[in-house]
Amino acid sequence: MTIDGYLEAFRREGRIVVVGASLAGLRAAEALRAEGFAGTLTLVGDEPHEPYDRPPLSKQVLLGKVPADHTRLPRVRPVDAQWRLGSAATGLDLAAKRVRLADGDVLDYDRLLITTGVRARPWPQELEAELDGVFVLRTQDDAVQLHHRLAAGPRRVLVIGAGFTGSEIASACRERDVPVTVAERGAAPLVGALGGVVGEVAAELQRAHGVDLRCGVQVTGLEGDSAGRVRTAHFSDGTAVACDVVVVALGATRNTEWLADSGLGAGPRGIACDAGCRAFDVRGIVTDDVFVAGDVARSPHPLFGYQFLSLEHWGNAVAQAEVAAHNMVSASAERRPHLWMPSFWSAQFGVNIKSVGVPPMADQIMVTQGSLAEQRFTAAYGFQGRVIAAVTFDQAKWLDFYERQIERAASFPPEFTTVDRRPEGRQPVAADFPDPSQPSHGPTVTLSGYSPTDRRVSFTPRRA
Amino acid sequence: MRLVVDLNRCQGYAQCAFLAPDVFTMHGDEALMYDPQADDSQREHVRRAADACPVKAITLDYADLDGAAEAGGSRDD
Repeated sequence: MTIDGYLEAFRREGRIVVVGASLAGLRAAEALRAEGFAGTLTLVGDEPHEPYDRPPLSKQVLLGKVPADHTRLPRVRPVDAQWRLGSAATGLDLAAKRVRLADGDVLDYDRLLITTGVRARPWPQELEAELDGVFVLRTQDDAVQLHHRLAAGPRRVLVIGAGFTGSEIASACRERDVPVTVAERGAAPLVGALGGVVGEVAAELQRAHGVDLRCGVQVTGLEGDSAGRVRTAHFSDGTAVACDVVVVALGATRNTEWLADSGLGAGPRGIACDAGCRAFDVRGIVTDDVFVAGDVARSPHPLFGYQFLSLEHWGNAVAQAEVAAHNMVSASAERRPHLWMPSFWSAQFGVNIKSVGVPPMADQIMVTQGSLAEQRFTAAYGFQGRVIAAVTFDQAKWLDFYERQIERAASFPPEFTTVDRRPEGRQPVAADFPDPSQPSHGPTVTLSGYSPTDRRVSFTPRRA
Repeated sequence: MRLVVDLNRCQGYAQCAFLAPDVFTMHGDEALMYDPQADDSQREHVRRAADACPVKAITLDYADLDGAAEAGGSRDD
């Protein structure tokens, strides 16, 4: 059979297994059918729920406006799939082209798509993590439990880690008039994602809304009462705070353990794939039949020096899923590269925060419109003389313009004039990102070098 | 009925908040909050909101699109 004949037969009667049944997995399955794939399609998900949307969990759901089980994703088209929900994949045999499931079943595939995403990084002290009242927030089940506790009116909530999720949780607490302490080991909230200049604005925002914000400290221990309920948190500066709910918001960890012995280039930073979403194996060779999309993928991006880029972004999951699906059923000349511009949003303390590009890559920042003090501004980020990212606080309408600047590699500091330029916008200043080897909550967009098989990096919280 | 809003795309024009105020509300000056599982009685309002969105950020379930079977459509998967 010719290669072309194989592709035709595969499109007609092949077997595709998608491991990971969240946003990326669902949109990929829909795109496969839209592309004309008529074979067998199986979706594997570790959670028992059909695909649901996660961003509302830390916003509408914690505010009590929407029940946690009301975020199921709308379907763009029928997928005619076999659903294996509630049964995680536990292993992959690349040679036999077979996925093993936790319930003992095996699934044979002709082509595999991995969209296993990330999970919340748990509190590292297991006994403390098991205390009643200690939560993480990633899944629908997490949101059900946390919302239940917030609705009961806790005396004080402690949020550990002031990244986007932690800050949104703190915002929801304040909106519900629940006292909240936020502990962040960096110098300011969002500092890993947006740098110190914007981080200071985020800190002001939290304090103005009544958050007891403590930066530059670590939580060294959680203490429970005799009934096993969390009661006190101890900090590295010697202080302690009484709290009956603790939310651990220390970022995410990639769901790649099930691939540890598979021979794929999978590790703590995700699964390396090429711009066409094909996974690398540990030898640095691109596989023919294994594709990756969404939060678990890391892929090279031409706008950012072809470094592998890891993105925990909603829009990336959708866009990469569509590219992966297209490429899985297309001849090589028809394939498309995934060249998505990193973009995300966060709503917290009544402010709409949006970002394009890769802020943590920047060395300088300039407030090109509006004012930091008014908490309404646009900031351009520069790296070696070019615009690399932009962030807005309640000025989303300008962001498209800056996206074009990033795509054109426009020079930094920006040469163009802008409306509402203030004195603070005349000079760039240091962007003030923390040393990336000192992880805190972590940015949701990370450059992770050039190696397709990087397995060295792991996160080890320092203990007092 | 299910819906999702691509908030990367959303520019805060707030057309949806005028056309389906029980489903879409502005939270602060610019952030949008919405009910991802709106009551079926809101279907016409939500369809109008999705059509009116200047940046086409609102995605509805195919079963709820114009021309799809009424009463929720049917989905076998």
